[in-house]
Amino acid sequence: MYKIAVLGDYDSIYGFATLGLDTFPVSTREEAAEKLARLASGGYGIIYITEALAAELKHEIGKYQEQITPAIIQIPGIAGNTGAGIAGVKKSVEVAVGSDILFSQE
Amino acid sequence: MASKQITPTRMELTKTKRKLVTARRGHKLLKDKRDELMRQFLELVKENMALRQKVEAGILSANKNFVIAKAGMDEATLNTALMTPKQEVGLEVGEKNVMSVNIPVFETKTRTADANDIYSYGFAFTSSDLDGAVKSLADILPDMLKLAETEKACQLMAAEIEKTRRRVNALEHVTIPEAQATIKYITMKLDENERSSQIRLMKVKDMMLEEAHHYSERD
Repeated sequence: MYKIAVLGDYDSIYGFATLGLDTFPVSTREEAAEKLARLASGGYGIIYITEALAAELKHEIGKYQEQITPAIIQIPGIAGNTGAGIAGVKKSVEVAVGSDILFSQE
Repeated sequence: MASKQITPTRMELTKTKRKLVTARRGHKLLKDKRDELMRQFLELVKENMALRQKVEAGILSANKNFVIAKAGMDEATLNTALMTPKQEVGLEVGEKNVMSVNIPVFETKTRTADANDIYSYGFAFTSSDLDGAVKSLADILPDMLKLAETEKACQLMAAEIEKTRRRVNALEHVTIPEAQATIKYITMKLDENERSSQIRLMKVKDMMLEEAHHYSERD
């Protein structure tokens, strides 16, 4: 049985605790990187991470890209939407097709 | 393009011909795989995009609700209210095979029977804004899970498509032309050898006849 984690700054994620997701508030990059590695090997199937934090942990997240679990999914934090999540989808189109033919006009 | 050292023998020719047949078949199969993967990927990625936009909008409005809720009550009360979650979500991870790419299938199980049982506090000390905020977040949770599933699947399929495309191109532009060039080189070399031995035999025959009958001395 896997669990679901939410990683980010406290203000962005405290609401998810009520839904039964495990929240892990972190403030520094090092703390987040260490936490992410621990969660990934600790039975978490999905890790939601705020876009702001994901931008700092690009390298660490890339390691899990080719594995089935954990799925690391970016969500907008309290500071607003940075567009990183949408960019991620566009990037996977680019990898597959060679150029972004679906969403480039938007 | 016979850049490698090839020995022009019949055995090498047969081997290369067999290799060409295999390469052609592999190329066709991989091309079919790529096309089908691409079709499925494009469908999935459109769904992924729609889900993501929905989830991002949902989280944004939920965050707004939480800010309002937080403004209406003091921090200690809020923290106490959210301290002990009632609900717990477990995750069952299955795998689905799509064109030899394993993509995850997530299935959630909530601890209490009623998935809407999310309010971990009595209603006496909290504002009604908090109820709304929690509810709005709970409403997008199913979409968030769906998003996780499709987004992961998209990433995995994109990587597989890239690999397959490379293989198809390598076969099409390197392996197959190389084999064809080798076959041409060997056939021509063998033909040349045959002609040369034929001529040699004719020459020898002429010389032997010359020896026996002295044609040139007669005319």
